[in-house]
Amino acid sequence: MNSKSPKSGAARRQFIFDSAKMACGVGMLGLGLGLYAKQSKALPALALRPPGALPEDDFLGACIRCGLCVRDCPYNTLELAKPETPVATGTPFFNARNIPCEMCEDIPCVKACPTKALDHELVDINKAKMGIAVLIDHETCLNFLGLRCDVCYRVCPVIDQAITLDMVPNTRTGRHAMFLPTVHSEHCTGCGKCEKSCVLEEAAIRVLPPKLAKGELGKHYRVGWDEQKKAGHSLIDESKMQDLPDRLPEGAVLPGHYDPASGHTESARGMPGSEAGAIPRFPPGLGGKP
Amino acid sequence: MSQIAHQKRVGAEAVEEKGWLRAHKWLILRRISQFGILGLFLLGPLAGIWFVKGNLNYSYTLGVLPLTDPFVALQSLAAGHVPETLGLIGVAIVLAFYLLVGGRVYCSWVCPVNVVTDLAGWLRDRLGIKGGSSLSRHTRYWILGMTLVGSALTGVVLWELVNPISMLHRGLIFGLGTAWTVVIAIFLFDLFVMTRGWCGRLCPVGAFYGLVGRWSPVRISAPKRAACNDCMDCFEVCPEPQVIRPALKGEAKGIGPVILAPNCTNCGRCIDVCSKDVFTYTLRFNNPASTAPLVRVQTESK
Repeated sequence: MNSKSPKSGAARRQFIFDSAKMACGVGMLGLGLGLYAKQSKALPALALRPPGALPEDDFLGACIRCGLCVRDCPYNTLELAKPETPVATGTPFFNARNIPCEMCEDIPCVKACPTKALDHELVDINKAKMGIAVLIDHETCLNFLGLRCDVCYRVCPVIDQAITLDMVPNTRTGRHAMFLPTVHSEHCTGCGKCEKSCVLEEAAIRVLPPKLAKGELGKHYRVGWDEQKKAGHSLIDESKMQDLPDRLPEGAVLPGHYDPASGHTESARGMPGSEAGAIPRFPPGLGGKP
Repeated sequence: MSQIAHQKRVGAEAVEEKGWLRAHKWLILRRISQFGILGLFLLGPLAGIWFVKGNLNYSYTLGVLPLTDPFVALQSLAAGHVPETLGLIGVAIVLAFYLLVGGRVYCSWVCPVNVVTDLAGWLRDRLGIKGGSSLSRHTRYWILGMTLVGSALTGVVLWELVNPISMLHRGLIFGLGTAWTVVIAIFLFDLFVMTRGWCGRLCPVGAFYGLVGRWSPVRISAPKRAACNDCMDCFEVCPEPQVIRPALKGEAKGIGPVILAPNCTNCGRCIDVCSKDVFTYTLRFNNPASTAPLVRVQTESK
């Protein structure tokens, strides 16, 4: 090194300087791109990926933005994100309220994918998890208002499994039932037909990404009745269970309350299975005694 | 007319000598290739004739021929994902093709952005815009490296977030959106900021294909370099003028006439604009150190 002439020393200095310039300049560009990449992973809640899509983190590394899935979708459900769309540029997505997934049995979009971005292991469309439908607004849903809309339930391709109508008493009228559309996440594919067909101006039921739609129990959590079923008997001796006194006003009863000590259950007014007489014969204000 | 005589335009001599058509032969063929390929892709969405599905990143022709962009596949690989079988076959076919014909044939014969930057270069010349900023032509290799390292670090096919080539090509086929702003930006950048700035200095896709064609046999050569009259027209039209000098002027140093620099795009524009027909397409092996005794070679062959 010492034997280098001043000229080669200057050249070396220049080389190091030029390299540093490049590394810094391109490094800054890379930093900007990297941060943009991180932003692009934040898929908007209402943008759904095609069936079989890998989790968003993996999807953006596997998808090569060719649009073959878009082309092979017979219902024009999918589109490729344009630069101004808040979805990573060139990647396929759909908006259920525009065009939902029709859940083709042969899943042509997955077959067309030249990468593993759409998992070719998915051969049963009912196993797809594009998202999970959530009845997000209980205030405007017609069935929650006590009407029989039922449209989301009826259009569901996995009817009676992914969406059921659960009957509960209508406490507003006191004499009717409400049939509440209830989503069961293990069967819901997230196709979005319910969201598409919701008759409201803004859909009360929407397909959301699972991480937004689902809670998660603590890993240590055990549900008593499941454990009871597994063990074949209750894990505790219920007769020795101490029930703390219910702090109620004098003379009040708690409908449907079960007292493990006595084994006695209060009757529940208006609930299924309660004595018929407890249900009022007329709605409030129409005569008769409630 | 007087203006042209006043400031002689690039290629004017060739047009005089060879006629307009022969002086634009390779340019016209190149445009036919570029627009033809784009047209094939557009036949599907516009006319419902599905010869080709997809875009330059991956396409499937007539249900038999998969073609995958190896640079996108490489970024995906860096991000930790291997394509499906068809995708891999596509990579192999495309790599084999460009290994043979020259990597940057992609740039000059296929890429739609080339039309934009060529237009900017042509207009720059016509408007007499000189100077502007400059960046080393090695910048693209740094950006190429950055996209691969970045893909590995972020797990995202990084360059595809901003790649103007796919934005334009995909945009024309699947819906442009605001991608046109990026195209205009590149046009203006090349026109006012930097001569041959995008394709010649920044684009990592071109850098990648240049490396792919490092040893490709199909080359441009200057076998009649002795006839060169130093009009400089080839240097003016060449998108990578630095590649010409060793081959054209290397006689004294014992350098053969074949342009071996991987960044030659094999566009053939130098063949067009040379009034002396110095350049031609050839194979890289056809590269004698000396081409000077032209007369003797001719007599020998008789």
